[in-house]
Amino acid sequence: MNPLLKLSHVSFSYHEADGETQALSDITFSLDAGKFLAIVGPSGCGKSTLLSLICGLLAPEEGTISLYGLPFQEAKANIGYMLQRDHLFEWRTVYSNVTLGLEIQKKMTPDRLQKVDSMLETYGLSEFRSARPSQLSGGMRQRAALIRTLALEPDLLLLDEPFSALDYQTRLSVCDDIYEIIKREEKTAILVTHDLSEAISAADEVLVLTSRPGRIRKKVPIHFDMEERTPMGARSAPEFQSYFNLIWKELNSHA
Amino acid sequence: MPEPSAAQRRFLKKRQQKLRTVTLVRILIFLAFLVLWEAAARLGLIDAFIFSSPSRVAETFLSMASDGSMFRHIGITLLETLISFFLVFAVSVLAAVLLWLSRSLSRILEPYLVVLNSLPKSALAPLLIVWLGANMRTIIVAGMSVALFGSILTVYTGFLEVDPEKAKLIYTLGGHKKDVLSKVILPGSVPIFLNTMKVNIGLCLVGVIIGEFIGSREGLGYLIIYGSQVFQLDLVLTSIVILCVLAMLLYQCLSAAQKLYLRKL
Repeated sequence: MNPLLKLSHVSFSYHEADGETQALSDITFSLDAGKFLAIVGPSGCGKSTLLSLICGLLAPEEGTISLYGLPFQEAKANIGYMLQRDHLFEWRTVYSNVTLGLEIQKKMTPDRLQKVDSMLETYGLSEFRSARPSQLSGGMRQRAALIRTLALEPDLLLLDEPFSALDYQTRLSVCDDIYEIIKREEKTAILVTHDLSEAISAADEVLVLTSRPGRIRKKVPIHFDMEERTPMGARSAPEFQSYFNLIWKELNSHA
Repeated sequence: MPEPSAAQRRFLKKRQQKLRTVTLVRILIFLAFLVLWEAAARLGLIDAFIFSSPSRVAETFLSMASDGSMFRHIGITLLETLISFFLVFAVSVLAAVLLWLSRSLSRILEPYLVVLNSLPKSALAPLLIVWLGANMRTIIVAGMSVALFGSILTVYTGFLEVDPEKAKLIYTLGGHKKDVLSKVILPGSVPIFLNTMKVNIGLCLVGVIIGEFIGSREGLGYLIIYGSQVFQLDLVLTSIVILCVLAMLLYQCLSAAQKLYLRKL
């Protein structure tokens, strides 16, 4: 069976008046459905560029991106992208924020809306439907942003440092929340982060990128021996520290 | 809600007192001005024929109010101001949208807009009279000319200041440029619209008065010019006082709209 996502020899540069910057070089990896991939690297390694390429906001200069074995354009796969900040619009209610994607894609069908309702219910936001985003806590805002993305029923979910705007404590619990939601909704996800612990605690595999231009330095499969894995539980597992040391060494070996 | 603490109540009381003092001093300044003006005129310190006085202003107003002519002049000026105000708003939002849609267009037109914006618009008024004739249309155009270019630039700059990540969000949700416009740029710019409108209403009034100075037989601007030509300075000052009140009322209306919007959020 074809992997959900496959990148072969993808490169990308930014062109500006004062020269070009190569952001990514020769990126090759694939991702199977249901897996959670984390991409770590120093700042400026092109992590966000990689996500923009995968969701089609940018087109690769070299190499190919395929979904379920089909070229990107033909695949018609739905890709959800969660940005660093939640960008909930203050002039909309929580409910019309989470249905924004459906509104744009003209998919406000009863069954989709019912799915949104049940997600709001499950993830503790249903009493806040008609509230303004400013009335939500940081964690709730992040959950609302995730529901907004999930409402479009994406095959693949891209998370671009979705916890970086939160304070440490909230971050840990929101990470658990989001992880649980992604697993329960059986989504495939790519998490981009500069926080090693976050990557190791949530991912099935960690890609380590080098600094500009971003290349793949190492792929580290992650496995924890536990019944019900949660990011919080993984953090205190015995294997955690050795994964951390391994990836830490990779990141620093040429820096 | 729990009962506020004693300290909180003291704080609120003090704050209330301060606000009251500000209002009181404002009113006192106004009354002092009126009294000094009236007294100076009566005691002959200033020539009441040239400088008028509060009682002469009131008299002029009442006599023109009784035959209704004052209200016609006020109504004409108000109507022209409001029409040019709404046209300025519509045209500047439309123009800003076009500039926003096409980066090339905005780069091409930028120097023209800057020049038109910095041009003293009163210089155009005599031309407008010749081109468009001495009628209400000319005066509305004169009113618009003062506010329009600044308004376009402010609204367009406001559009550009909207967080590009918000636009990216729309694209990641499968939207296109028109969705960015309708879901982010326009609703996100309402505070800028309201601020621009507050500035515009005053500028439109300036333009309308300039227009009435040279091309009208009606309106407060006409009254001012007419009064100065026949040396009826009571009439000039009465019109200026009414203009003050009118400008303040129009501004307050927009402030109220702004407060309403902020409270709704």
